[in-house]
Amino acid sequence: MPASLCVIPDSAPNTPPGRPSIHELECPVKAHEWVNGQYRLLVVSAPRAVLDCEPGQFFHLLCPRTDRFQPYLRRPMSIYSYDRAKGEISFLYKVAGEGTGALASLETGDSLNIVGPLGQGFEIRPQWRRPLLVARGVGLATLAPLAQECASLGLPLIAICSARSPDLLMSADLFRSFGAEVITVTDKQGNSDGESLAPMVEGLIRNRGIDAFFTCGSARLLRMLQEIGARHGIGGQVALEQNMACGIGMCQACVRPFRRDDGAVNLRVCREGPVFDLQEVL
Amino acid sequence: MADLTTRIGTLTLKNPIMPASGTFSEELAEVFDLNCLGAHVTKTITRGKRAGNPVPRVCEINGAMLNSIGIPSKGAQWFLQNTVPFYSDYDAPLVVSISANTADEFARFAEEVSVPGVAAIEVNISCPNIEDDGKAFAMKPGATADVIRRMRSATDLPLWAKLSPNTGEVVEVAQAAEVAGADALVTANTMLAMAIDSTTGRVRLGNVMGGLSGPALKPITLRMTYQCARAVSIPVIGCGGIATIDDVLEYLIAGARAVQVGTATFISPTTMPRLVRELDLKLAERGLAAVNALIGTVDVADEAIAIAEYA
Repeated sequence: MPASLCVIPDSAPNTPPGRPSIHELECPVKAHEWVNGQYRLLVVSAPRAVLDCEPGQFFHLLCPRTDRFQPYLRRPMSIYSYDRAKGEISFLYKVAGEGTGALASLETGDSLNIVGPLGQGFEIRPQWRRPLLVARGVGLATLAPLAQECASLGLPLIAICSARSPDLLMSADLFRSFGAEVITVTDKQGNSDGESLAPMVEGLIRNRGIDAFFTCGSARLLRMLQEIGARHGIGGQVALEQNMACGIGMCQACVRPFRRDDGAVNLRVCREGPVFDLQEVL
Repeated sequence: MADLTTRIGTLTLKNPIMPASGTFSEELAEVFDLNCLGAHVTKTITRGKRAGNPVPRVCEINGAMLNSIGIPSKGAQWFLQNTVPFYSDYDAPLVVSISANTADEFARFAEEVSVPGVAAIEVNISCPNIEDDGKAFAMKPGATADVIRRMRSATDLPLWAKLSPNTGEVVEVAQAAEVAGADALVTANTMLAMAIDSTTGRVRLGNVMGGLSGPALKPITLRMTYQCARAVSIPVIGCGGIATIDDVLEYLIAGARAVQVGTATFISPTTMPRLVRELDLKLAERGLAAVNALIGTVDVADEAIAIAEYA
């Protein structure tokens, strides 16, 4: 659908003036490790104010400038984990371009400027009792805190973790530690394509009573779940990415078209998202 | 505490720091108390609803951002019913930035937004993302004068003409705006630009071309501010690439009576309150009692130096 057919929705900011809830602050790096050949885990100390965050929300990171990389804009990064007792927050990211290349240069003790928490997180609706998480690649990081949330709510959880190769399935053990039953699929093993996954998901609906989908990291998996969900009347949510500038909702750069009421509307991934209703995504 | 107040025509601002249109909205109230600003300048609105351009709408190059957002707008009714009441909780004056397709439409729209709660109208005649090939009213003195003159007869509110760097007639456009009845000039909007991914050969903006902003733009808009401040007697508001307190000082010294901070807010959302604090400190450091003492004090190379060069 061409963007010109869409209008931005009549939604007002939901916080009254004079109540700062988004913070910009310097956080010391506590740890920064490679977890495999492509992904790094970055842990920073953070005050309580920013730890009032929820699974699916993100922070906007000011990547340092290095000799090799000079990113100008911030980079949005979903929360991998947060721990209010330890006062820390962590990000699991793939070193891929200018911003993440620069981020990878941070060392323990360095300072990282973060803005957040930002956006709308996942909502586990009361009627959703048997959720299925379907994550691929970077999406494995985004869904990790949701798995923890499901565990704390006592919900039995099944997670399908997809990646190019087995060594990139970095959240699988973490999901298991939250009590999830984990099914891993990889391109290398040839069982990560839609033709293999659709019957698997159908089987889980039939045999395990799956009643909600949560997904992140693959447009192909999103389409598959939309199709299966529509046929079975199963709802769910998806966390999306989009090229951003401000991250707060001011610049209108990160819009995507969504199905609302009778037509299509452009919504800001940073503000109305990054988590959206599964069936609204066009 | 130094006297940070500055006058833009009939308006007195408590300090010279305000947002640039398009980089500011109600959401920033979740980061800091918006009352610390000299004024509030809305994102440009159009009379009807408008969708904006296809994505990608932004990309970064070294030291700058390109955007082709394309003025998505919720329209006049939304502005009157929601935006104006929101800002009425603050004492900083509200400046509404408006765009339209013709001088007549500009005038009719100006009349419609001239309501209690709106302190001034910023006339966006310089957005490079609206017309084909980045054309805009502010590229020509005649078109600029036409828009301002018709608006002048349609509203009593102060009119701030936002000028374009995409013209070879900077001074002529500035003077045309002044003669037609503008109360202030804003120098300036973004510069028409383009970026290509050399690997894929693909353009990096959905709208092909877009506006350049950020530190890379500053020398150009600082020059425009200097040119305009010398050429007109109405106040000039500097805008373009401001991120640090030294940037603010440069614009004030060049002749700006206030400044607008734009893209820097995307990099650091607390930039504006920081600049207000730092301006106070800088003035004290220099032994200046008021921001007015700095405005237009630029020291240009004098004759002796010019002569020495040829000696």
